[in-house]
Parts: sequence; C-alpha cells; structure tokens
Amino acid sequence: MGLFDSLKAGLERSREAINEIFYFGGEVDESFWEELEDTLVMGDMGAEVALSVADELRDLAARKNLKTATQLRGALAERLATRFAAPARDPFRDTPSCVLFVGINGAGKTTTVGKIASAAHEAGKRVVIGSADTFRAAAIEQLDVWGQRAGVPVVKRDRGADPASVCYDVLDEADRVGADLVLIDTAGRLHTSPELMRELAKVVNVTRKRAEKMKAGPMAVYVVLVIDAATGQNGLAQAEEFNAALGLDGIILTKLDGTAKGGIALAVAQRLRLPIYRVGVGEHVEDLQEFDAHDFCRALVGE
Amino acid sequence: MFNNLSDRLNDTFDRLRGKGKLTEADITSAMRDIRMALLEADVNFKVVKDFVAKTRERCLNAEVMDSLTPAQNVVKIVLDELVELLGSTESKLVLSSRIPNVIMLVGLQGSGKTTAAVKLAYLLKKQGRSPLLAACDVYRPAAADQLETLGGEIGVPVFRGDGAHPVQIAQDAIREAVDRMRDVVIVDTAGRLQIDEQMMQEAVDIKRAVKPDQVLMVVDAMTGQDIVNVVSTFAERTDFDGVIISKLDGDARGGGALSVRAVTGKPIKFVSMGEKPDSLEVFSPDRMAKRILGMGDVVGIIEKAQEMADAESIEAAERMLRDGFTMNDMLDQMRQLKKMGGAKKLLGMLPGGQRMLSQMGGDFDESVFDKNEAMILSMTKAERLRPSSINGQRRARIARGSGTTPADVNQLLKQWGEMNKMMGRMKSMAQQAQAGKRGKKGKKGKRGRVGMPGMPGMGNLGQMMGGMGGNPFGAMGGSGNADMDMLRAMEQQMKRR
Repeated sequence: MGLFDSLKAGLERSREAINEIFYFGGEVDESFWEELEDTLVMGDMGAEVALSVADELRDLAARKNLKTATQLRGALAERLATRFAAPARDPFRDTPSCVLFVGINGAGKTTTVGKIASAAHEAGKRVVIGSADTFRAAAIEQLDVWGQRAGVPVVKRDRGADPASVCYDVLDEADRVGADLVLIDTAGRLHTSPELMRELAKVVNVTRKRAEKMKAGPMAVYVVLVIDAATGQNGLAQAEEFNAALGLDGIILTKLDGTAKGGIALAVAQRLRLPIYRVGVGEHVEDLQEFDAHDFCRALVGE
Repeated sequence: MFNNLSDRLNDTFDRLRGKGKLTEADITSAMRDIRMALLEADVNFKVVKDFVAKTRERCLNAEVMDSLTPAQNVVKIVLDELVELLGSTESKLVLSSRIPNVIMLVGLQGSGKTTAAVKLAYLLKKQGRSPLLAACDVYRPAAADQLETLGGEIGVPVFRGDGAHPVQIAQDAIREAVDRMRDVVIVDTAGRLQIDEQMMQEAVDIKRAVKPDQVLMVVDAMTGQDIVNVVSTFAERTDFDGVIISKLDGDARGGGALSVRAVTGKPIKFVSMGEKPDSLEVFSPDRMAKRILGMGDVVGIIEKAQEMADAESIEAAERMLRDGFTMNDMLDQMRQLKKMGGAKKLLGMLPGGQRMLSQMGGDFDESVFDKNEAMILSMTKAERLRPSSINGQRRARIARGSGTTPADVNQLLKQWGEMNKMMGRMKSMAQQAQAGKRGKKGKKGKRGRVGMPGMPGMGNLGQMMGGMGGNPFGAMGGSGNADMDMLRAMEQQMKRR
C-alpha cells in the first residue's frame, strides 16, 4: 500500500467531513466558506491557520474565477501543500547521520526508533540504537526488544544513569563498528519543565560534540521532534519550546492511523518551517512512511 | 497574541468604549473572542458552537448590556457556564463491598494508563487499601516490566501472566488477589485506537470477564479536536464510569475535558499532574474552567510554590520570621524561582499577568537574577547574614568579585532592604493570623490547619513578588501595597478551597 492510499484510508473520516462541503458540484455560497473554516479548524490546524487558509482560498477563487466546489478542492490541496517545508536531506536515507528523538511522554519515540531501525537495517544500513531514556521504567527493556526484532545492537546503561554519557557510549560503539545510522531514544518530558529541558540540551550538546570527532569524519546530528497526530494546539507550544532549547531539524508525526487528522503538523511546519521526515500510519514497521506534502493534502481534501 | 480571554475581551470592549450602550453586534463580537479562546484551548468545534450559542443568550440580557464593566460580566457568565458544564465530581474509588474491587483502565496508546494505574494504586494504599496491579498490556514490549518496576517502587505487588491472553491475565489476577488478601485489583490494559475493532472487542471481553466496579478512561490533556471521536467510541463500547485527565502539568489548556463531558456526560474524576506517584489530584471544575480560558491559576501557583516548600524551606520561613531576612534567603529564593520556571512563567500564570507581560514588551529580563546571584556569592558569610554591614569599600570589592558595578550592588542592597521591610509586615500578618485562628477553635480548627501549611509557601511567594517589585517591575507601578493586596487575595483563594 502506497503512502497516498494508506494516508487516504487513515484520513477517511476527515475526508468525509470535507466531502460533505464539496459534495454539491454547483456554485459556492457564503455558508460554504463558513463550513470550510469549521472543517479546517476541526482538523487541529488551529483557528489561526484555518482562517488564513480559507481567506487565501477565497482570494484565489475571486482572482481565478473558481466557482465550483470541485475546482476549489484542487486549489485547497495546493494551498495547503505549499505550507510544508521540504527536507533538504533525509537523515534516515542520506547517511551517515545520528538522530536524537525527542518529545513529550507517550508521543511514540521508542516505537519510532524501533521501526526506523528495522527499516534501515532491512535497507542494508549499519545501524546502532542508543537508549538515553534512563528515566522511565522499562524503557530500556522496551528498546531492547525492538533491537532484537530488528537485529540491531542496542547500547544501554542502567536506569538512572546520566543520559548524556549514554550518548557518548553510543557514538563510541558507532565509531567502533563504523555505523551509518545512529538512533538515540530520549526520555519523554513536558516542555514546561525547565530542568528536564536543560538536561536534554546537555544530551544534545554532548552528542553533537562527540559526533564531530568520529573516525570517519564528522557525523551530522539531527534532533527530531516526535509528535502524536491527536495533539491539539498545545503541539505548537511543544514544538516551540523544544526548538528553542535544542534547535530542531524536523518532525515525525505518529499515530495518524486513528481518526485524528494531524493538522497540528501543518501548524508546526508552518510556524517553525520544519520538514516532516516520516508519518506513522499503522502498527507495522512499513507503516512508518516518508512524508509527501501533496499526498497528505490530497488525501486530506479528498480526490 | 492574546493568551487570556479576559485580556482579549477587555481589548474588544476597550475599542467599543465611548460608544455608550452596547449593542447586540458588540456582544456578537465578544462571542467571536470566546469562540477563538475555546478553540485555542482545543475544545471541540461542535461543543464550542453549542456553548457559544447558549452563552450568547445569557449575555444578551440587559444586565450585561447596561453594565459599566461588560467585559468582566461576560467573563463571569462564560466562567459560570463552563463550570456548570464541567460538572461536579465524585472521585470515590471503591464502590462495592465485593472483595476484591476491580478498577479497569482504558485509553489510547501513550495516554498515560500505566502511570495512572500506579498513581491510583498509591492513592489506594495511602487510604489503607491493599491494591494489586494487573499487567494486561501484552503488546507493547516491556509494558509489564514497566508496571512491575513502578509497582515495586511504591510497594504494590504486580501480577503478570507472561504469554497469556489479556482476558486470562485479568481473571488470574483476581484469583491471585483473593489468595493474597488484596482488596482492590487495578487492571492496566494495552493502549488501543478506537477504530481498531479487534482491540476494542478485547477491552469489552476483559470487562465482561472481570466485571469491574469502575472503568476509568485515561485522556491526554493535550488531545485536540479528535477527542470526541475517541471518547464517544470508548463510551459506547466500554461504557466507562469516569475520566482521568493526564499530563496536566504541562501548559495545555485541556479543553478536551470540556468536550468529554459534553459528548459523553461522564464525570472527570482525577487529574494527573506529574511523574511522581502522588501527583494524582481530585478534579476541580472551577480550576479547570479557568485554565481552559487561560485565566491565571492562582491556586496552581500557590501549590507550585508549596511543592517547592519542603520541610526545609518551611523551617527557613519560620527562621526568617524570627531572625529577619538574610542574603542567603534571597539567594535561596532566587534559585527556587528559577526552579519553578522563572519569573516570566510565574507572572504569566497570574490573572492579568499576560497582559502585563505584553505591556512590558512581551519579555522579561531574567539575567538580573544571575547577576544578583553572582553578587551574593561574592559576599562573605558575615556580610550575607548582616547586609547592613556592607560599606562602600565592601561594595567595591563585591562588584569586582562578581564582575558588576558598585551601582548594581547598591541596587541589590536596596532590593534586600525592601524585602526585609516586607518581611516585617509578613511577620505581623502571620501573628495576626495566628491570633485569629486561636480565637475560633472547635470545628473550624480543622480548617485552620489546612490553611496553615500554606503560609510559608505564600511567604516565599510574597517575597518573590516583593523582590520583583523592587527592580525590574518598577515600570508596573506596583509597590509594596499592591503586593500585599495580591497576597491577601491569594490567601482568600486558599481559604475558599
């Protein structure tokens, strides 16, 4: 199943909502615009973005003389797609690279690391996983299981160890085996805890410094925010705080297989100009797919 | 951007001032603000629509339209309606005389079920029960290990049936509870999507097999618009009895709570506020309503301050009241303030604080705290205990040692002087309070005790405010008196609880 199809299946419900508006193929009236705004708001992209998208579309409709709902549907998908930044490099394909996964509790960081490790190993990359979540009970064991499933070594220390020193170990190991891709899981934390954010900043700094001194030359370090598709407007605050503390490189959107529309990804991508590296559309390894803005928006709007 | 509904409404009505009587159109524009505020708080769109329609009716009566302070009146009406909609709460956990009682937790992946299970177990243990945790999440790797570790930390046994079907594990756990004389079983289930038919059926099967006295749904406070789809399916299939809102220690407004209530009618029983096992609190509709509207959580600040005020700082507060305020105390407080997220954050939590912040240019220079810290660290022990002994020569030395100027040192000493004066006032206030409490004994004695532990925490806060009033907040025009008023308001808030 391709990205478009699986996204479409995942977004079926939201499509239905938008389809209701676009259903009548005739000319649109004022209530069409109101309903459009409502539907966009319901997708979690935030009232601010929703209103500006609707306004843009209204302008466009007037300028290009788009009158029917069908024409507007195509234009809407286009407008939405332009709001996503395209990634300059894909850290999971354009290796060598070292990726740190950060985010709030329960976003799906550990699972994402496991899935990416499996896929990369499958693709013939030499992968090393590191478990810098030394806080949550059994987080290390959880990652260990994923490592075994993928057939990838997991570098770990005991619970309670200093997470920054784990990262140092991970890169030592990566240096030793000549890894292409290093994936580091970090402990989930709320962006409102300054102490935990400082701890994470240290983890990132240590990793960056160590990655510069790899035997095979400096390794690019990426900090990726993992965000649950069901997240509401607080997602913006999360992304902004994590970005301010760590300097984010991109986003991974998880759990898009529910009925949540993941509109917060649009809000974050637009506000911070960050690319979306992957989207999770199901439980399986192959369900973590590359993000394509046009597909995402086409599926969202319905075609 | 406005964070706060009352700021936003004030602004709207400010524009209308001088127009005389408010018209229906003005109310409509105020309703637009309310709609935006609720949407930003993640209240579901449909719920917002109904809510705004209802509130609009109430606001259209003459009382609001003719009022001199329409903004406040509108806010009050909105708040009342919100509190009413959020409903009261019944957070009693154990319902039947059956032994063991069974509590089952359900929810999406990553909503915080395992953490909530442990917190519930801890709460029950504190109430004198002997809970047993059942690890029925057989899908997520190491989920049972997580529960076992956390259970071990709070001294509650965990039943795990590795390899067995979740229904079987739940049933076995109950048998185990009977054998081991445990009187409550908390069943932690796997996270599931509401559209995953197979998994939803499993939850129904577990429920049917163990007949829980209570099914609680754990909902992440950060969930967006989709929450209505999630909770309505869970309500339909598992018919849960109540809700635990998790991750409320973040800054999510938690408008989802309102949607849950509006869509399912199920009560919110607990809110989960942190990583520690004791951070499960009884739900308060009033506080939740204010939070959703972004109206400053005074009680929250006091609690946050109290959280920091462990036994040690209570002692420190008492010592301060006795021996006066030293530079060491000032240093402690600056560090505590930093720990709580800085002055900007704290100010933002106060009613009207956001507005104040934006008037100050949206930013607040926290570096002054670092500077002050450096200066205090450059003082000798004797100087820290008796700042009044610091003469010109000493000032010059402290400035050299901390990389600042003598003027900076003067500023700091001036601030200390103000805080010390404030301390004197606190002292007399505390004495008055003490006297007042001694006056009404009997039934009210208990209430007095509830209020008392708050005093040191509030004391700290008062000085922090006083400290701010000195230097960087000079522009606000808030002198000592305003701070005292604020303290009194806070004290009232505390008492009302």
